[in-house]
Amino acid sequence: MRYSINQISPIGAMPNFCQWATQWRILLAVHGLMAFMVFAYSANWQHWGQDMMRAAQLVEPFLVMSMIVLAGGNRVLQTLHYSTAVVAVLLIELFWAIALHLVAQRYWGLASESMPRMVAVVLLVTALLLFYFHLLAHARSPAVAEARLQALQARIRPHFLFNSITAVLSLIRKSPQRAEVALEDMASLFRQLMADNLDLVPIAKEIELCRQYLDLEQLRLGERLQIEWRIQQMPADALIPPLALQPLLENAVYHGIEPAEHPGVVVIDIYSVRDRLHVILRNPYQSEGSHHGGNKMAVANIRERLFLHFERQAEMVTRVGENTYEVRMSMPYVRGKQ
Amino acid sequence: MQTKTVEDQESATPAPLRVLIVDDEQPARSRLRDLLFDLSESLPVVVVGEAAHGREAIVMAQSNVVDVVLLDVRMPVMDGVETAQHLQRLPKPPAVIFTTAYTHYAVQAFEVNALDYLLKPINATRLKDALARVAHARALRVDLLRAMQVNCRSFLSVLERGNVILIPISDIVYLRAELKYVTVRTHQREYLLDESLVQLEREFGERFVRVHRNCLIARAAIRGFERAGAEGDSAWQAVLEGITERVSVSRRQHHVIRSFKRL
Repeated sequence: MRYSINQISPIGAMPNFCQWATQWRILLAVHGLMAFMVFAYSANWQHWGQDMMRAAQLVEPFLVMSMIVLAGGNRVLQTLHYSTAVVAVLLIELFWAIALHLVAQRYWGLASESMPRMVAVVLLVTALLLFYFHLLAHARSPAVAEARLQALQARIRPHFLFNSITAVLSLIRKSPQRAEVALEDMASLFRQLMADNLDLVPIAKEIELCRQYLDLEQLRLGERLQIEWRIQQMPADALIPPLALQPLLENAVYHGIEPAEHPGVVVIDIYSVRDRLHVILRNPYQSEGSHHGGNKMAVANIRERLFLHFERQAEMVTRVGENTYEVRMSMPYVRGKQ
Repeated sequence: MQTKTVEDQESATPAPLRVLIVDDEQPARSRLRDLLFDLSESLPVVVVGEAAHGREAIVMAQSNVVDVVLLDVRMPVMDGVETAQHLQRLPKPPAVIFTTAYTHYAVQAFEVNALDYLLKPINATRLKDALARVAHARALRVDLLRAMQVNCRSFLSVLERGNVILIPISDIVYLRAELKYVTVRTHQREYLLDESLVQLEREFGERFVRVHRNCLIARAAIRGFERAGAEGDSAWQAVLEGITERVSVSRRQHHVIRSFKRL
């Protein structure tokens, strides 16, 4: 699994070339370097502008082409071993440098640059950038530790555990079979909760976890808890951070169903539009007489983990309506291996 | 099972202990029933009823003789701590044993106030010990219970002709301090409550606003304000939903009218 927090590991990391954050960094770095080098060359301030224009004629097409190819090859690059990927990137850049130099010489009449010099500069800048991304990944490794910690903290409320045990105890005499199923559900739920939880998981797996969790809640709450699944349009192979949904359902039950006298419906709506995955969760909510504290913690935790995986491409908003509470998440639709 | 100790039983009354089970989760109630059945050999108990929340519990505690209430803390409609307070209005309030799955602040409060509580999942021996202690239990102090409350109460309660009447806070139009009592006005009628207006204001300050030294009105019930009385010494009065009588607004509380108009 490539798109995980592990991706930013100290061993070495190829940046995700499809991400805006990466693309911005490349654009800024290359233009910064260009401006600096031209400045160092130019005789005076008047020439600097002209020289920049000339340099841009070469650099801009080169930059655009490389970034398109890198973004296109991103999926392959991510699956390669880090050192192989570095060589691949250098080769891509080398190819473009040579190709562009030939074109520039023949058609644009820009013959002033010698080919070896240009190739050397390109390879140097590429290596420099890769090293920068490598350092960036290093700098973020405390964030990885933190994410680990957060994944640990995204734990079930003790209140749920003890009430569920009570529910199972009540079943043992009357219907041992149901007690068995409930204990099995509990075991797999807690196995998942105690797992490493760093890699993205197929959403279908998270849904299965949610169903097990909801079965247990249903045991305690009976018909007070009603679930409406709207997941016919859900792409089952989409990857999401683990435990991105279950803690939200737990909130929905704790704040929306348990304090209510009458039965309530929790709606889970998941679909994809073009290359984005949308997850919407809605539950009844009475603003009066309910606690708030834990709610924000789970939401903040998931938001953080979404950011660690998808940076600014993921979004999470919560909305309190008159009698409803809604969480909306959207993130890139990343396909996992089926 | 452990061997039953005979010493424990000597102090227990021969008549069975009448128990009311209150919990919003059906499995939790049936689990308690099982446990009580198990220990009924050594400690005579009889379950007089089950309630899913506090309001139901109070109705049942009135129509049955109840010695002890096993009371869940977190419930819809009316939570355990509030229920315990209203139960104290009964002529012979039952003993209360709280049950909770929580392990943090709620439990601390129980410890500090020496209230009996059981942690879920409930241990049979602990349950038996708690029930055995009930005979010597002291009466609960309402002020301590009130201090423990996290949210404000959802009902006020009054005793009328031996019956505890619950008044939903959302039904109250105004609260007016009389000589020794507070008059609670709902759409239907008035009740006399033996609490202090100052404390009511502190507890329900979000819902009610003071318009006079002796009167709090429900913000949601305000329809408007009008002038009444002869020219010259006319005074403002609040028009409230559902009742025809007007509530006078004192000069010092005119800012309430201004803030209402701004809405």
